[in-house]
Amino acid sequence: MKRKLSLVLVFTMVFSLALTGCGGIQPAAPAAPTALEEIKIGSVFPVTGAIATFGQSSLNGTQLAFDEINAAGGVLGGRKLVLINEDNQSRTEETATAFQKLITQDEVSAILGSVASSHSLAGAPIAQAAGIPMLSPASTNPRVTEVGDFIFRACFIDPFQGQVMAKFALETLGVTTAAMLVEQDSDYSKGLASYFRKAFEAGGGTIVAEEGYKSTDTDFSAILTRVKAANPAVVFVPAYYGTVGPILRQAQAAEIDAVFLGGDGWDSDKLFELAGDAANGGFFSNHYSPDAGTPEVVAFLAAYQARFNAVPDALAALAYDAAHMLAQAINEAGSVEGVAIRDALAAISFTGVSGSVVFDENRNPVKSAVIIEIRDGKQVYKATVNP
Amino acid sequence: MTISQQILQQLVNGISLGSVYALMALGYTMVYGIIKLINFAHGEVFMIGAFVGFFSITKLGMGFFPAMFTAMIFCAILGILMERLAYRPLRNAHRMAALMTAVGLSMLFQNLALAHSWIGASAKGFPQVFPLQRFQLMENVNISSDRILTLVIAIFLMIALQFIVHKTIMGKAMRAVSFDKDAARLMGINVDKTISFTFALGSSLAAAAGVLFALNYGIVVYQMGLLPGLKAFVAAVLGGIGIIPGAMVGGLLLGITESAVSAAGGSMFRDAVAFAALIIMLLVKPTGLFGKNVREKV
Repeated sequence: MKRKLSLVLVFTMVFSLALTGCGGIQPAAPAAPTALEEIKIGSVFPVTGAIATFGQSSLNGTQLAFDEINAAGGVLGGRKLVLINEDNQSRTEETATAFQKLITQDEVSAILGSVASSHSLAGAPIAQAAGIPMLSPASTNPRVTEVGDFIFRACFIDPFQGQVMAKFALETLGVTTAAMLVEQDSDYSKGLASYFRKAFEAGGGTIVAEEGYKSTDTDFSAILTRVKAANPAVVFVPAYYGTVGPILRQAQAAEIDAVFLGGDGWDSDKLFELAGDAANGGFFSNHYSPDAGTPEVVAFLAAYQARFNAVPDALAALAYDAAHMLAQAINEAGSVEGVAIRDALAAISFTGVSGSVVFDENRNPVKSAVIIEIRDGKQVYKATVNP
Repeated sequence: MTISQQILQQLVNGISLGSVYALMALGYTMVYGIIKLINFAHGEVFMIGAFVGFFSITKLGMGFFPAMFTAMIFCAILGILMERLAYRPLRNAHRMAALMTAVGLSMLFQNLALAHSWIGASAKGFPQVFPLQRFQLMENVNISSDRILTLVIAIFLMIALQFIVHKTIMGKAMRAVSFDKDAARLMGINVDKTISFTFALGSSLAAAAGVLFALNYGIVVYQMGLLPGLKAFVAAVLGGIGIIPGAMVGGLLLGITESAVSAAGGSMFRDAVAFAALIIMLLVKPTGLFGKNVREKV
């Protein structure tokens, strides 16, 4: 019995050797003369699920940047960048799986992603443990980069975004009372809300109501009635467009005449579809505006529109910047080794579509924010706020 | 806003939510009344109804009422098919088998919706079919036109249902079958047809509830049936499962309770309170508010 088994095993081994041998030689031959291996970069963007438009824009921006880099001769003297995207379906648990797969199976050199802070927080410990640099284009929660020294981001963080909106409400709108609607199962929403409160109260304002809800809720009429009873001048709704849409629509039906404010989670055309004209009159902070007019923005707009036939949103801009930033770091590192890329990223000085970036000691970029006004179902550039 | 204005406004919120629960609870309760099955796929019928209404408006350019009618017809047929293909073969099997089939159907519908290229995962905005109008009940208390419409339609459908159940031959057959299936068969009632009819009726009410829910809260999404479906089940149990007026009262009561919990500042506990109500009701009076204690005959 044992002999039979070992015979079978030997056969299998010989057979598989023969197979891999055949498969291995053929592709190796054309690759040999160039001797320049492609560099695999992973990305974890949600192209399906609740924040699918964010993922799709991020993927478009990254793809555009990679094509530009490769067309210009690649990195490290001619090596091409290859993008492998894993769709996490807008889900936290899928994100961890996606990171595992990219690192262990695809053996990528670095990871771009993810988008939502909750997702990046699930993936970051895996990248950190494996020593693979991770550069999130758009996760704004401060805890993301606190995971470790391999974790970077291309966007500003929630404290800054919360402060910007608080300052805008106090100084530009000249109001002193605010209410907040906070999505209790979202790190992003809770983060923004707590920094908004801090800055708003420090500037002499009062938070007259704070109401919680869950991302799966659809009926907001009861908490909106409470907000109305508190009579605030502005209502801060730091959440993603999927819940902001119905909230704005129901607020309009409930006759709340406060100004609604939000963060970069509002940046999606879907918001207008979900909220209808109830979105008009709102303001939100964002990473970039297509109306900003810098040479980088103009060039990016033209390239993006030519390729995807759409105006790029901030997610596309950030992902585009992150991809270029990573390419620059690989060039400056002179290697695709994790530690080298990390050190190059930490020391980088980069100018992109969403402004100039240097990293502070916590690997968070120091950069400016823009405020967008929603007018007649369109995003209109309102102001730039520097750190 | 004074306290009394707030209470009144929250009552309006609760009644609009509750009327949707009530419409759904009716389907649960009728099906349970007739074949002792808790049809957990009912929440997904609600979701499919909302989507049929949504696509009838956006893709076929229908008005709101024809769209709602289309959704009701579509779901009535879906209900009949569901009973014919999934539940009828199990009618004499263990009750647990049918229950698990119901859970399975619920998952199936949800995932088919998720995979369907027209529906997918992201929420869609239900069109604002009627221009928003608000009516002032008193100072600071208003009710929107959509809500008034929801209430009117819900009440109309409930009255129509009462009429069908109590004044028509089919209703009489339904009551007979729910009372004693075998005796009804001996009296010459077509039991299969009656059960199919009950499913059609319940599913069309769920479809109407789905369209009204989408109109009121502004979104359609593949998961929208899950929580309202479970809540409607709670409502049916609160009122006494199998009892039609019980479902109506249970639905309204649950809607008002949820609003009251949020109104008291406990918005994060509204779902917890709804399900706690189910547990308490089962402990205190398992037959529900309207239930009578029926002695098992041996």
